[in-house]
Amino acid sequence: MNIRNSLPFVIPGLVLLFLIGLFARGLFLDPTKVQSPLIGKPIPRFSLSELHDPGKKLDQDLLVGKVSLFNVWGAWCGACQDEHPVLVAFAKRKLLPIYGLDYHDDRQAALAMLDKGGDPYAAIFNDVSGDVAIDWGVYGAPETFLIDKHGVVRDKVIGALTQYIVDKQLVPEIEKLQAEAQ
Amino acid sequence: MRTLLIGLALLLAASAAYGIDSQPPFPDPALQARYTALTHELRCLVCQDETVADSNADLAADFRRQIHDMVAAGKSDAEIKDYMVQRYGDFVLYKPPVQSSTMLLWIGPFILLICAIGIVTLVVRRRARQPEEGTP
Repeated sequence: MNIRNSLPFVIPGLVLLFLIGLFARGLFLDPTKVQSPLIGKPIPRFSLSELHDPGKKLDQDLLVGKVSLFNVWGAWCGACQDEHPVLVAFAKRKLLPIYGLDYHDDRQAALAMLDKGGDPYAAIFNDVSGDVAIDWGVYGAPETFLIDKHGVVRDKVIGALTQYIVDKQLVPEIEKLQAEAQ
Repeated sequence: MRTLLIGLALLLAASAAYGIDSQPPFPDPALQARYTALTHELRCLVCQDETVADSNADLAADFRRQIHDMVAAGKSDAEIKDYMVQRYGDFVLYKPPVQSSTMLLWIGPFILLICAIGIVTLVVRRRARQPEEGTP
């Protein structure tokens, strides 16, 4: 069999291999993880009342000046409840302040969750309407943003934080950003 | 048959009442048309195969409220889409924009079509030649 005669078999074979490769790659992509266009950009401007103390207004300046985490959560959200003990344990290490955005939540339910499981947050913004969450590009809770000293978003974790993500991804990044800030 | 048709007609009429959109309609039909078009062009990121118009997720309801307010405030379609893209990226658009990273997506089908036409032309020409070569 010469090359010319074997082409009708070789070309479809190559096309098939290409498609298999393409689909195999597609199989391991997670379409629910949408890369945030906010990474590398300054945090959005906003002003909301504090969850514990509704009379107190907080704005984006609270997050500027040191490396911090910004965690979007809600008592209605099952994955946030799974993540909660991880956050509480992480807050005890006092590596950096964790700020919360209580998203679309019932205030009483949120406070009850913190009473029961502990409060890992340095302060909590109460976003009842969900408008601030949209400014942050939030599409599901929990989502966690890593913010540098200048108030620039450096990384985002979509979905519940686990001990593994904290130790392997966040802590090394935080240490690097804190070293940069010195 | 008649009862069935009447039943179907009633069902169809009732289905309109099940709309998930709680935004008040615009008095101006042109604004309403723009609002409807925009909510059909933007993706609900919670349930990714639904548009903002079709989804009953909380996020889609927030999107509808914001789009409604922006249309009412006189923002253009481009401004409203930019607002969403700045926050959520190109993925929020159901129709991807024509740019360098999506070029293959847009022109790929035409490349395939040209290849297919080329192959068919080659095969047809070769077959057309064969009987001449075969006859003495």
